[in-house]
Amino acid sequence: MEPLLNVEDLQVSFQTFAGEVAAVRGVSFQVNKGETLVIVGESGGGKSVSMQAIMGILPMPPARIKGGRITYKGEDILSKSDKEMEKYRGKEFAMIFQDSMTSLNPTMRVGRQMTEGIRKHQKVSAQTAKEIAIDMLRQVGLPNPDKIYKRYPHTLSGGQRQRVMIAIAISSKPSLLFADEPTTALDVTMQAQILDIMNQLKKDTGASILLVTHNLGIVAEMADRIAVIYAGQIVETASARELFFHPKHPYTWGLLGAMPGMETDKSTELYSIKGTPPDMFCPPIGCAFAPRCAYCMEACRKEAPEEYREENGHSTRCWLLDERAPKVEAPTAVIPKPLLNEEEVQ
Amino acid sequence: MSEILLDVQGLKKDFRIDGKHILKAVDDVSFTIRRGETLGMVGESGCGKTTVGRTLLRIYEPDGGKISFDGKDISKISKRQEKELTKKMQMIYQDPYASLNSFYTVEDIIGEGLDIHKLYETKAERRERIIELLNVVGLHRDHMNRFPHEFSGGQRQRIGIARALAVNPEFIVCDEAISALDVSIQAQVINMLTKLQKDRNLTYLFIAHDLSMVRYISDNIAVMYMGKIVEYGPTNEVYLHPMHPYTRGLLEAVPVANPDYTKIHKKTPMIGEVTSPINPKPGCRFASRCPVVMDVCRTTDPHMTESENGHKTCCHKYR
Amino acid sequence: MSIVTKKDFVMVRESAGAADSIVRPSESFVKSVMRKMRTNKAAVVTFSYIILVTALAIIAPLVSRYEFDMTNIMDGNKGPSSLHWFGTDAVGRDMWTRIWVGARVSLTIGLFGSIIPEILGIIIGGIAGYFGGVIDSVTMRIIDVGVCIPSLVYITMLMLFLGGGPVTIIAALAMVGWMGPARNVRGRVMQFKNREFVLATKTLGGSTGRLIFKNIMPNIMGQLVVNITSGIPAAIFMEAYLSFIGMGVQSPMTSWGQLSQAGAAVFRIYPYQLLFPGVIISVTILMFYIFGNCLRDALDPKLSN
Repeated sequence: MEPLLNVEDLQVSFQTFAGEVAAVRGVSFQVNKGETLVIVGESGGGKSVSMQAIMGILPMPPARIKGGRITYKGEDILSKSDKEMEKYRGKEFAMIFQDSMTSLNPTMRVGRQMTEGIRKHQKVSAQTAKEIAIDMLRQVGLPNPDKIYKRYPHTLSGGQRQRVMIAIAISSKPSLLFADEPTTALDVTMQAQILDIMNQLKKDTGASILLVTHNLGIVAEMADRIAVIYAGQIVETASARELFFHPKHPYTWGLLGAMPGMETDKSTELYSIKGTPPDMFCPPIGCAFAPRCAYCMEACRKEAPEEYREENGHSTRCWLLDERAPKVEAPTAVIPKPLLNEEEVQ
Repeated sequence: MSEILLDVQGLKKDFRIDGKHILKAVDDVSFTIRRGETLGMVGESGCGKTTVGRTLLRIYEPDGGKISFDGKDISKISKRQEKELTKKMQMIYQDPYASLNSFYTVEDIIGEGLDIHKLYETKAERRERIIELLNVVGLHRDHMNRFPHEFSGGQRQRIGIARALAVNPEFIVCDEAISALDVSIQAQVINMLTKLQKDRNLTYLFIAHDLSMVRYISDNIAVMYMGKIVEYGPTNEVYLHPMHPYTRGLLEAVPVANPDYTKIHKKTPMIGEVTSPINPKPGCRFASRCPVVMDVCRTTDPHMTESENGHKTCCHKYR
Repeated sequence: MSIVTKKDFVMVRESAGAADSIVRPSESFVKSVMRKMRTNKAAVVTFSYIILVTALAIIAPLVSRYEFDMTNIMDGNKGPSSLHWFGTDAVGRDMWTRIWVGARVSLTIGLFGSIIPEILGIIIGGIAGYFGGVIDSVTMRIIDVGVCIPSLVYITMLMLFLGGGPVTIIAALAMVGWMGPARNVRGRVMQFKNREFVLATKTLGGSTGRLIFKNIMPNIMGQLVVNITSGIPAAIFMEAYLSFIGMGVQSPMTSWGQLSQAGAAVFRIYPYQLLFPGVIISVTILMFYIFGNCLRDALDPKLSN
């Protein structure tokens, strides 16, 4: 089956005074219909940049798309003009950002911001647009939607604004929802509510979600499939259960181990990754993770590893999977235990 | 059991808003921390946890209550004593970008405490101390002449830790010290903090909203809601047997890094959100969001009740 | 073709420090501002112009054959020639020399007329912003009233009272000009005093002086330099205006304003006598403004790459 969104070998770099910074270095992934793909990784890993490149909202310059192909429903969208992309963004794509304050227009009432988009893309009367908008506000769980409709963004709390943004995003009934760290600025209780709304939306409309986050708890709750990104490259992709229960890449181990589980106490040191991510101003030769990797081999410093693909769709970019490499097991402490067996999952 | 280092009783801090409204940011908060232990303070943003930390370090003047440090009452002391006290009590700040002066080199940022308290005889000694501190936080002496903006978030936070350690404190308030960092870097910083605690017998007040990290590092937990401590006790007690409905909701909301967990565990997110405690009405402040609210909750303030092994809660359900 | 061979699959011991190394070249804030200014053509051109004018103001009168106040009635009102590059005025004084002596006066007034009110503003605004409360309220009320009166009216009145001359012009500018900077600095200080890096110094036991001068001020300095740069052309203009209406610098002492005033009187007959000082005032003011804008862009972290 043709995936909804197909990204192939995407390369993006930024021009700075010090030289060129390669932010995305050959990223490939697919999003299928009705599926949530989560891109997980640390800040500066290139996850937000990849997403902005797909939506066509990268600031160019300084950014430059150096290569790759992005197709949406079979159509190449990298070659589309700004105007054509605008149609996609209003109708097919919808986006939720981390900072709701900057993505809502402060001088416009919530209602107007919502109806404008609805009328433009759905060709309905002002009255119907208002009804749709209020219904959307109700759907995202805002109490008194008709009151919120008349308010200005700055008079709302962070959680309310984030929900307004989701309401705007889903009012066009998108087939693909982009969410860039949508809950990072929120408290846990509000985060739980927002994630709930997003999952509900997916169930109700069959939309696909491309979610970017660094929180593995959110990944576990949302993802169907997961792509782990490091230094502008996807280092591991697999289905959610496969990736959590059988991780192969040492970076993924590090991410998993960095979150203390319920049993870990102060006497056991947390499994952590040493050092800091490489400055993409001059990415290391070989594997970008090698300088921080506890399992670094000579090979890792010489040449970047290929992708090792398995039949179940699990693919990993690491020399450890080479048949010549010594067999290394993931540290058991970092891997979560499955709570269900295969039949139960079905 | 080691001796009590910090004893806070009935701490209050109000802020005036527009001259007429009173925001009770911290309202009758009491807790103790023993030497060498960590108290984790959790709650949603605006619950007053940062204000507690800042009032302890006298960035804000307390409006009531008593703070004793190492047996001495420090709520009313002179400017000179206050300066002496800064050598014992330090703070690690949240924002690795805003907490370092961008016009200083790393050397001068870490050296500032040494300068203020004249903790060196010669320039060479100052330099040596700074290099030593850089080593403690895993940075290199070559980094000394660089400016903060050249470092990553985690490195900057380590510079902030070195700055706090420079004056050899006994007590450190970690105010959301890891919240702005990436996961793998959070683990690094937490490991560093626990190691420092072991090596130097440090005492921490660890303020955060990330519950899993707090659980890992803390010996005791205080859960705050709208300026009040609603639950207090040994970490495992609070996490495994939460009493207050707010604590339960909060723990429930934490996403678990296991894809099977969500499939088994249908969670019901807590409704509503925190509001600021401006001119609060009598009654429990959590009443409007509480799933098990009773009539009494809306009229009468609940009191702290202690069950066995030091687990306390402030809820009408436990009387 | 892979260059990796079987023997490369051996674990290596890595020192953790390597992962923390920084590869980017180090660049301090001042250095980055300098770099941006150097690469900005407008900044380079305007800066060169400012240097040129300043150099001429210092050197030209020294090497000139004429004294600026040397009269020669026989040579009055002569147009530009090889003897007198910019011609002579009614009493035969060499205009070239007078313009550069006038430049000394005008630029000095420009510089001090901008710096002194700015410094006053920093002190007053800094105190008001840092301490707040009653001090702040009183200062702000005074400023509110002060800025309501147009500064031109204010200065004109002060000049009537103080009498003409470069020093009194600077004094008048200082008495009026501190209010804007004070308000500006107060706002910035209030914005910075609760920033975490300032609180950090406070929790280290730093004194109030250290907080204000070592922590807050360096962060405001960029803005202040921009303010001073754009204050210079305003002060030059003010001097020109006051001298033009006869309340500033008086002959035989000269300045660009005084020259324009003298030139304007005979503009219909000898246009060059107004043209030269007029053009030089306009161009200089323009150049300072453009330079100030370049500086503002270079100092703005939001425009940084």
